[in-house]
Amino acid sequence: MMTLTKRKTWFYFIPYGLWLALFVIAPLALIFYQSFFSLDHHFTFSNYTTYFQSLTYLKMTLNSVWYALLITVFTGLISYPTAYFLHGLKHRQFWLLLVILPTWINILLKAYAFIGIFSQAGLANQFLSFIGIGPQQILFTNASFIFVATYIQIPFMILPIYNALDDLSPAFINASQDLGASGWQTFRRVIFPLTLPGVKAGVQAVFIPSLSLFMLTRLIGGNKVITLGTAIEEHFLTTMNWGMGSTIGVVLIVAMVIVMLLTGDQKPKGGTPR
Amino acid sequence: MKRLMTLIVGLLAICGLLGYSSQQLERSSGSTGSHVLNLYNWGDYIDPKLLTKFQKETGYHVNVETFDSNEAMYTKIKQGGTHYDLAIPSEYMVAKMKRAHLLQPLDKSRLTGWNNYDPRFLNESFDPGNRYSMPYFWGTLGIIYNDKTIKPGTVDHWNDLWSSKYRDQIMLIDSARDIMGMALVSQHESMNATNPTVLRNAENKLNALAPNVKAVVADEIKMYMSQDEAPLAVDWSGEAAEMLANNHHLHYVVPSEGSNLWIDNLVIPKTAQHENAIYAFLNFMSDPKNAAQNAEYIGYATPNRQAKALLPKSVRNDRQFYPDNTTLDHLQIYKDLSPAKVQLYNDRYLEFKMHH
Repeated sequence: MMTLTKRKTWFYFIPYGLWLALFVIAPLALIFYQSFFSLDHHFTFSNYTTYFQSLTYLKMTLNSVWYALLITVFTGLISYPTAYFLHGLKHRQFWLLLVILPTWINILLKAYAFIGIFSQAGLANQFLSFIGIGPQQILFTNASFIFVATYIQIPFMILPIYNALDDLSPAFINASQDLGASGWQTFRRVIFPLTLPGVKAGVQAVFIPSLSLFMLTRLIGGNKVITLGTAIEEHFLTTMNWGMGSTIGVVLIVAMVIVMLLTGDQKPKGGTPR
Repeated sequence: MKRLMTLIVGLLAICGLLGYSSQQLERSSGSTGSHVLNLYNWGDYIDPKLLTKFQKETGYHVNVETFDSNEAMYTKIKQGGTHYDLAIPSEYMVAKMKRAHLLQPLDKSRLTGWNNYDPRFLNESFDPGNRYSMPYFWGTLGIIYNDKTIKPGTVDHWNDLWSSKYRDQIMLIDSARDIMGMALVSQHESMNATNPTVLRNAENKLNALAPNVKAVVADEIKMYMSQDEAPLAVDWSGEAAEMLANNHHLHYVVPSEGSNLWIDNLVIPKTAQHENAIYAFLNFMSDPKNAAQNAEYIGYATPNRQAKALLPKSVRNDRQFYPDNTTLDHLQIYKDLSPAKVQLYNDRYLEFKMHH
């Protein structure tokens, strides 16, 4: 009996294991391997020393982390109240679907739509002219870049928070209120801590992709915001310096692992986010 | 579960049907078999009517596949597994492909229209004696301005862009070689300079331009300029032609002190399989009438002298796209630099982008 179930589990592991080996471990290993080669295909550590001694790359790393942080914070500030609100609605599955709907549209299309809205003759400036402020430069500013990035990331933050709220048993809230806690106290002491895993999952889902955004930095930011994604794109497409591009990739992966560790569940008890 | 099965079966049926009909279509249009030519081209870079005409005249069906950068094309041909008969790289890429042994020499004895080409665009350093390449289109790098806010004649030279009048008004094409090249020419240096100090100076010069730079963008620049998003831009003549067609307030200037001359060329990759079709196509495209039709459709400058003579007067005398001889003499062709030098250009350029 014992061996049978064990064999069965092994059998089920095969597709997952294959997927893991082919599409996770192998690419990571290749990136790591590539990062030790110079332009003339010699083994070297120089890519790493170049990276950590270059003011440009360090500044770019700082830029990436800073903008990813801003995007994550703004996304969180909008998503938590939204998820909380949606959760209390009657036809919440329907409203949730409306939040998810934009993720079905290609990101490039959404970026171009924002170009139309933010341009000199766009809707936003027409409105500003209408209320008497007059047209402003909206495109190619840091604010517009953060705005669009936040817009794109919001669904990925709302979903895990919503699921965490869904997992929360109403009994806790009732108990808290029965024991005389005010609405704010209930939220701060009961609801928020219990939905924190959802927030953490949301932070992972938003912060990590935001670190390497590159399409938006050009289309909406006009290359006034330069992140590591821009540098990777350049190394792989223009200079064909795959070694340096991979090195930056490795740095990004390390940064992602750090974020995962920081936002991971230290004490895995209670409900895990779905 | 039943619904899921229906969905899967339904999707499979649709895929099968689509696959079958596309195969039927390909067969009926003759795009399979040996009577074909596989052309690897930039997007929208040939008049589709010429392809139909070519098929009617010679019986060869042209399959067009497109790429969006020289580097992408190079990687794909180098990786193998492709069967392109003709490709259209820019000049520095011809040199690079030649060095990587990816090209077949042209058999000049089979070319009937070689004498139609202007010697100015032949025998350049990227391919001495044109052993491997036949010019297709050529163009320049220059300044696009909008006459709503810029008076014609006020921005004729690179250094005019540095004027403090144009704060936050210039859009640059996102290309390291071209923007660094612009800064180099403005300092009377060669656009192929490789001296690190010279390149560092060029970067400093670009940093001084940063307050005037509104954005560094790629293809979108055409849309932005057509919509009056900015009054000034630095871009290639081909892109400019498209902008000018969309917005009559726009004009294009090639600074007379110097700029880049680029030439796109037809080459035969090693993987080519349809020799007769290739030479039929090269001769077809060298025919003045066809080349003129293509030039009118694309809006780029043709290196075919006979074809240029057939173009309407307003086109062939347009100094924006066919600059006068003094300007032409000051134009420089990009040399194929070693990867380390290309890296140097890109590092300086990236630092400039970080600067603003």
